[in-house]
Amino acid sequence: MSALNQSGWKPEMTEECRHDVKTYTGNKALMLEEPLIFEIGNNATTGVDLAESPEVALRLNNLERNRDIGLPGLSEPEAVRHYTRLSRQNYAIDLGFFPLGSCTMKHNPRLNEKVARMAGFADVHPMQPVETVQGALAVINELAVWLIKLTGMHGVAMTPKAGAHGELCGILAIKAALEARGDERRVILVPESAHGTNPASAAFAGFSVENIPATSEGRVNLDALKARLGPDVAGVMITNPNTCGLFERDMKAISDAVHAAGGYVYCDGANFNAIVGRVRPGDLGIDAMHINLHKTFSTPHGGGGPGSGPVVLSEALSPYGPLPFTERHVDGYYTLVEEETAGERHPHSFGRMTAFHGQMGMFTRALAYIMSHGADGLRQVAEDAVLNANYILRSLEDVLDAPFAHSGPCMHEALFSDDGLAEGFSTLDIAKGLIDEGYHPMTVYFPLVVHGAMLVEPTETESKATLDQFIGALRSVAQRAKAGDTSLKSAPHYAPRRRLDETQAARKPVLVWREPEQAVAAE
Amino acid sequence: MRYLPLTHTDRQAMLGIIGAKTIDDLFVDVPAEAQLDGPIHGLPNHASEMAVERHFSDLARKNMAASHHPFFLGAGAYKHHVPASVDHIIQRGEFLTAYTPYQPEIAQGTLQMLFEFQTQVARLLGCDVANASMYDGSTACWEAIGMAGRVTKRTKAILSSGLHPHYISVAKTMAKYTGDTLDTALPELSAKTDSERLLAAIDDETSCVVVQYPDILGRIEDISVLSAKAHEHGALLIAVVTEPVALGAIKAPGDMGADIVVGEGQSIGVGLQFGGPYVGLFACKEKFVRQMPGRLCGETVDAEGKRGFVLTLSTREQHIRREKATSNICTNSGLCALAFSVHMTLLGEKGLRGLASLNHALAVQMADRLTQIPGVELVNDSFFNEFTLHLPKEARPIVRALADKKILGGVSLGRLYPGVDALKNGLLVAVTEVVTTEDVEAFAVALQEVLA
Repeated sequence: MSALNQSGWKPEMTEECRHDVKTYTGNKALMLEEPLIFEIGNNATTGVDLAESPEVALRLNNLERNRDIGLPGLSEPEAVRHYTRLSRQNYAIDLGFFPLGSCTMKHNPRLNEKVARMAGFADVHPMQPVETVQGALAVINELAVWLIKLTGMHGVAMTPKAGAHGELCGILAIKAALEARGDERRVILVPESAHGTNPASAAFAGFSVENIPATSEGRVNLDALKARLGPDVAGVMITNPNTCGLFERDMKAISDAVHAAGGYVYCDGANFNAIVGRVRPGDLGIDAMHINLHKTFSTPHGGGGPGSGPVVLSEALSPYGPLPFTERHVDGYYTLVEEETAGERHPHSFGRMTAFHGQMGMFTRALAYIMSHGADGLRQVAEDAVLNANYILRSLEDVLDAPFAHSGPCMHEALFSDDGLAEGFSTLDIAKGLIDEGYHPMTVYFPLVVHGAMLVEPTETESKATLDQFIGALRSVAQRAKAGDTSLKSAPHYAPRRRLDETQAARKPVLVWREPEQAVAAE
Repeated sequence: MRYLPLTHTDRQAMLGIIGAKTIDDLFVDVPAEAQLDGPIHGLPNHASEMAVERHFSDLARKNMAASHHPFFLGAGAYKHHVPASVDHIIQRGEFLTAYTPYQPEIAQGTLQMLFEFQTQVARLLGCDVANASMYDGSTACWEAIGMAGRVTKRTKAILSSGLHPHYISVAKTMAKYTGDTLDTALPELSAKTDSERLLAAIDDETSCVVVQYPDILGRIEDISVLSAKAHEHGALLIAVVTEPVALGAIKAPGDMGADIVVGEGQSIGVGLQFGGPYVGLFACKEKFVRQMPGRLCGETVDAEGKRGFVLTLSTREQHIRREKATSNICTNSGLCALAFSVHMTLLGEKGLRGLASLNHALAVQMADRLTQIPGVELVNDSFFNEFTLHLPKEARPIVRALADKKILGGVSLGRLYPGVDALKNGLLVAVTEVVTTEDVEAFAVALQEVLA
């Protein structure tokens, strides 16, 4: 493709430039190697100035720490440089296109960061008297109202700390509801294409997990599901839109069948971005669904969290939701319902899931994002996310196998398989080739139902020019993999590191740094 | 809409390439009755950055911020000064807008940071290894109990009455569903902990003993007696640290024989944030590593032999093991782990010890000052930066009365243990480096007034 971007500019690299010229430091201009803090810091250096401690008689019960901890310090300039250098070894949304399927790596607005840092939110203690935190409780309540209205559900549990914690919340609510009616159902049905957290969450609560088969279209097989329903089935956990990138057309029929058989419907809301503002899960008969604020509602992924996973609940499950929660009174005053008043206000709650009130720092960010978009903008979010994914699907289905391309439009992510690559070439090679092209790869080898899966989620915050360039790059890498271009097997060539030996890491785990002599002695 | 780059022309062109007439064609699989025909009724439309900011400023003003008032709350969340460079680093887009390092070649920044974090945490807690973080201290505590069950194949956990009541509450919620039995009790307003009760309860059915250090009332006790007795019976000792700054002054739980040490890392690098996000610390003896929950970062080499880092031992985790995983945890608390690690690096050994020493000294002075007030007694013989006062009156209304005087004066035991008469006069007071001499005096004067 000639038009790599709208300006027509294309990076040039002459043959001469590619020669590896050795440097004294091992660094290559802006590619800077960085040692560990344990190799550059020491016990005597600190980057913090503290007041002198007044002399007092210690009251530490004679348990003073009497040997070195081994925590090296750095001065502030050294520390800033250390972490800045490390940061430059990371790929991130701010740097470029990050189509990691199922993770919704959309732009993280900086307004979110600004409001979360206002002292009235960032600097309040979770156990201050409620009259001193009315603004914080208002944020929780306002976000709760948005989530309830966007999903068409009855209630919401705000405390779960991340998506998987939210799944656990939903599963515990189901278990509590069953127990309340003296029902000992023990089976949760989960499609094979589900996120691994689904079976893990169900198993935690003592449920046994059984797979639901899929149709050749990539959707839940309604007939097989109906055939399995019965007095031992507590419920189903379904991801909708599903991990193959498809909307479960039969969702309402699934819910009706499960309800008729006495079970509950859990929906994994990881893919809510595809339908926010266009479809309300409550209209599909769902009983519980977690919402990853760090996906649909743009709170930062932070290199692996913190997330936040509020769970919207149906009228049937709301009475069993966790403590604590906020209540708004007619006069606009907020109170907290905790263990103290639960007996009166929320007697069927399954209890507390975390020490305090959930991820307040994420609530402020998510609410800022939601208000910025509003009801009209959120609908546009879903539409653009779905449009971008379909654009990728239809632009690449001639070069990459798209196993469900015949099943209709995709939702917010496009799924490809490794079918048709040259002998010895795999999805991994395509991913590593994309790294050299300047992209974060898509999600690979998930969902498990597709061989060598590649799940591409562009999100709505990418321009057409970005998508065009990515399509060109993925097309090029796919063609190389089909042609058996061996240089792809050793990709990435231009990343801070070449392929890493994960087998060695797992066989002889080195999880902490040890002084070189100690490390030798330990072997 | 400022976050959406597609133009109307782009959308039309893309629909053309896809072969769709309108956007509705892409939602054909959604049954018509579930489709909304326009923006959801009763919700406002999009708003400018300025309008949103104004809304939040208005709400923020309705809260009493810790930094604006004399402030003495603790009970599992502490106000420490966080250096400006910590917040600067965590706002770098390369950290803030990255995700779980699934592609290690382009995530060495996060991975090396996690390796450093794991090492710092392991050393601070006195353990061989640590993981890449949990959601918070309370969930880490439950995960430790679950892990002890896997290691010992037993289900009876004995929880100290000095464990944070919310942590006990979380464990109770979870134990209802896993079949674990929890032996719990309420604390007494006394300098003496319940370790005799714990020692007496340990038997050959015991999976673990869980003890907080310093405990919820601020008391510090040598836990090596407990670990010895637990080990005699094949049980594990789990220590819980909710104020890790304390470990700059007192012995690490791992050094007293704890098998698993978990903690709330909030007080280093992470602000109060009304309770979250925080960062759970999780460390243990090396022999138990394959039973650990959560992400682990490990050292390895790349194809050219250069040192590098990857996520490892993932066969424990849900994305591989599914229903047989050691935990369902996926996303953890990466950015808060970074904040913890940067702050710890800025402190270093010298800074952490200095900070701990300062906290303790200020707390000792404060305790001495407050106990000059008639009727106010110190419950603790020992404490680090938080202690319990026995007031002549119920503490909860006193805290509210202090708030009316613009002083955030600690956490009442009535709030932590509602309805427990024996504890209702207890007040937990935390003193960190942010407390000034004027704050102490203001608190002492106000407390005397509201008690009068």
